[in-house]
Amino acid sequence: MDMNSFSPMMPTSPLSMINQIKFEDEPDLKDLFITVDEPESHVTTIETFITYRIITKTSRGEFDSSEFEVRRRYQDFLWLKGKLEEAHPTLIIPPLPEKFMVKGMVERFNDDFIETRRKALHKFLNRIADHPTLTFNEDFKIFLTAQAWELSSHKKQGPGLLSRMGQTVRAVASSMRGVKNRPEEFMEMNNFIELFSQKINLIDKISQRIYKEEREYFDELKEYGPIHILWSASEEDLVDILKDVASCIDRCCKATEKRMSGLAEALLPVVHEYVLYSEMLMGVMRRRDQIQAELDSKVEALTYKKADADLLPEEIGKLEDKVECANNALKADWERWKQNMQNDIKLAFTDMAEENIHYYEQCLATWESFLTSQTNLHLEEASEDKP
Amino acid sequence: MEQAPPDPERQLQPAPLEPLGRSDAGLGVAVDEEAEGAREEGSGGDTMTHNNFWLKKIEISVSEAEKRTGRNAMNMQETYTAYLIETRSVEHTDGQSVLTDSLWRRYSEFELLRNYLLVYYPHIVVPPLPEKRAEFVWHKLSADNMDPDFVERRRIGLENFLLRIASHPILCRDKIFYLFLTQEGNWKETVNETGFQLKADSRLKALNATFRVKNPDKRFTDLKHYSDELQSVISHLLRVRARVADRLYGVYKVHGNYGRVFSEWSAIEKEMGDGLQSAGHHMDVYASSIDDILEDEEHYADQLKEYLFYAEALRAVCRKHELMQYDLEIAAQDLASKKQQCEELATGTVRTFSLKGMTTKLFGQETPEQREARIKVLEEQINEGEQQLKSKNLEGREFVKNAWADIERFKEQKNRDLKEALISYAVMQISMCKKGIQVWTNAKECFSKM
Repeated sequence: MDMNSFSPMMPTSPLSMINQIKFEDEPDLKDLFITVDEPESHVTTIETFITYRIITKTSRGEFDSSEFEVRRRYQDFLWLKGKLEEAHPTLIIPPLPEKFMVKGMVERFNDDFIETRRKALHKFLNRIADHPTLTFNEDFKIFLTAQAWELSSHKKQGPGLLSRMGQTVRAVASSMRGVKNRPEEFMEMNNFIELFSQKINLIDKISQRIYKEEREYFDELKEYGPIHILWSASEEDLVDILKDVASCIDRCCKATEKRMSGLAEALLPVVHEYVLYSEMLMGVMRRRDQIQAELDSKVEALTYKKADADLLPEEIGKLEDKVECANNALKADWERWKQNMQNDIKLAFTDMAEENIHYYEQCLATWESFLTSQTNLHLEEASEDKP
Repeated sequence: MEQAPPDPERQLQPAPLEPLGRSDAGLGVAVDEEAEGAREEGSGGDTMTHNNFWLKKIEISVSEAEKRTGRNAMNMQETYTAYLIETRSVEHTDGQSVLTDSLWRRYSEFELLRNYLLVYYPHIVVPPLPEKRAEFVWHKLSADNMDPDFVERRRIGLENFLLRIASHPILCRDKIFYLFLTQEGNWKETVNETGFQLKADSRLKALNATFRVKNPDKRFTDLKHYSDELQSVISHLLRVRARVADRLYGVYKVHGNYGRVFSEWSAIEKEMGDGLQSAGHHMDVYASSIDDILEDEEHYADQLKEYLFYAEALRAVCRKHELMQYDLEIAAQDLASKKQQCEELATGTVRTFSLKGMTTKLFGQETPEQREARIKVLEEQINEGEQQLKSKNLEGREFVKNAWADIERFKEQKNRDLKEALISYAVMQISMCKKGIQVWTNAKECFSKM
């Protein structure tokens, strides 16, 4: 239980991080509960934007209170993500939902879009809360607790735009070199990430397509039942059976609707999150490579006796530490991520299968009871015929 | 074994006072290759066996379809499909069947047979032919007449057509029908020799009658409305069914893509690999199951289509009634006017206009002898007219009586068949659901093992 009373100023040595990771993800140890809800539209002279309400409940000592309520907009989430990436370049930061809607919907503030985004943002914050390292990040805490003006001023304290741009340029320049000296295990990791990314993207497309097809099937089916009612109006003998068939079809229609929404709940968001994760992973690999590239360039400079040779060994020492730190952090987080991924995917597809089973069971029951009632009717009529 | 050739008179029976007896021997809608063609033995008494070709039970089947090429009327080469019709007689005692006749016919000959029946049995709801061209197709189904699936369904439809005729108490006795099943060569000439095309009522005449008839039997007017509604609602149903089928096909087939991707993914996974791979296999099974499901549903659609086409047959009977009624009304009108003329001539009053009357005014009175002559002519005409009116009246009443009897028979058949069809639709849905549960349960197991 001591684990949870860590101060925010915890040491970032690789050893302590590995120790920490061993005690991760146990539900009864959870002491930070976050919900994202109540999207609200704000209109100013310059722009219109949406804020989301974030409620945090915690028993942690380092928080001033046990309950917090703040409003944040998408930009704020982006900022948080950036800060986390900066502080932990080789940790697998949870992905944010996309900036704009895919397939270019004209209305940015369409209800479905907002709801999907809200759920994804909720997931994002909770994933951070569940992460053994990220959960104690200072910026995270500020994000959850600070009032709007506090957050604004805190944001301004970060490294300036120009220095951030400089970092990007250096990163691009050295990223190529990093690939050459990548250790074996990270080569394997990279291969996996590439293939995984391909496959998960395909699965995302397929799943979206299934949803679309099911929706179109539902739309046509809605028309199908009522025609039987229409028909029954001009019949005498067939009225009852036609009405029964119509009601069966309508019930199957409702079951289809339920299956569709089940798919949208259980499968689509999970698969899509992992599509975003796969992009995130590639970014992590790049950053790891970049850190290694920095070391490699210094080592190279030493080998070829370039300028400032006497300062290099000390720099190299620091960089070697940095590389070891980064690699270990990534390795540990990778294992954790893979485990989570397997669980999430397994759960999502099992849920999808369950939805389909339930759908077919409902339809089966509907038609079987229709058949039974027809058979009963037939038996009744047969016994009536006998004098 | 075979009966003596039937009385040639039988071939031209318009509206005989024929007892109709028990309806067809349980012609099921689920189309079998072999079904009974005759009435039950012994039901309905003596009148059934009188002049009945089908004393022994017979089985008719359209067992094969073959693509052929030949030359058409304009000496151009054409491709068509020929159908093999086999007739078997079943020995009552041991149930064994013996092939008695076997010949090939093409669709146009079926059409000829039906057109003949329409002319000679206007009071009967003549069974319809399966569609000439594929309609209400959902996109995966071919609209091509040469497509094997379409040909197969048409083969079944043609067999159904023959079975319907063979189980109809009146139509089954027709000589031309008998020859259709037994005489391969020269049949077309035989049909044309009956001169039925000349006997057919012109479309124009029928249309005219429909608009001008004053007192049709209300039951027929109602029947016409019913048949219009039936046609409209079944068309609508078939259209939507086709669209639903299309969509369902899409849902199932897209799942097949999972199979491929899961398989590829499983290659990079250690623990999840097996689960993914086998789940993928089940997705493939699911995707391919839709083909059989929809093929079955196509048969259901065909059952509905038959009744869609029956609507037209109903309307044909109504049109004949309207024509006869209109004829009757005109004859009565004509007779009334002649009587009036006669009366005026006799009494000397001129109320009605006549050319003779005009010329008389212009050129002077006619002589009493002339007038007598005219009256005599008119009286003869009136006599004739009254005879004609009487027989037309009788004909009309007979027609109504017999037609309505067949319509009642048809209604019973329709209700039975459509109920069966709807039930078979439910059975198909149940089968589809069971398959779905099976596949997804298997898939779920694979997923949970990942």
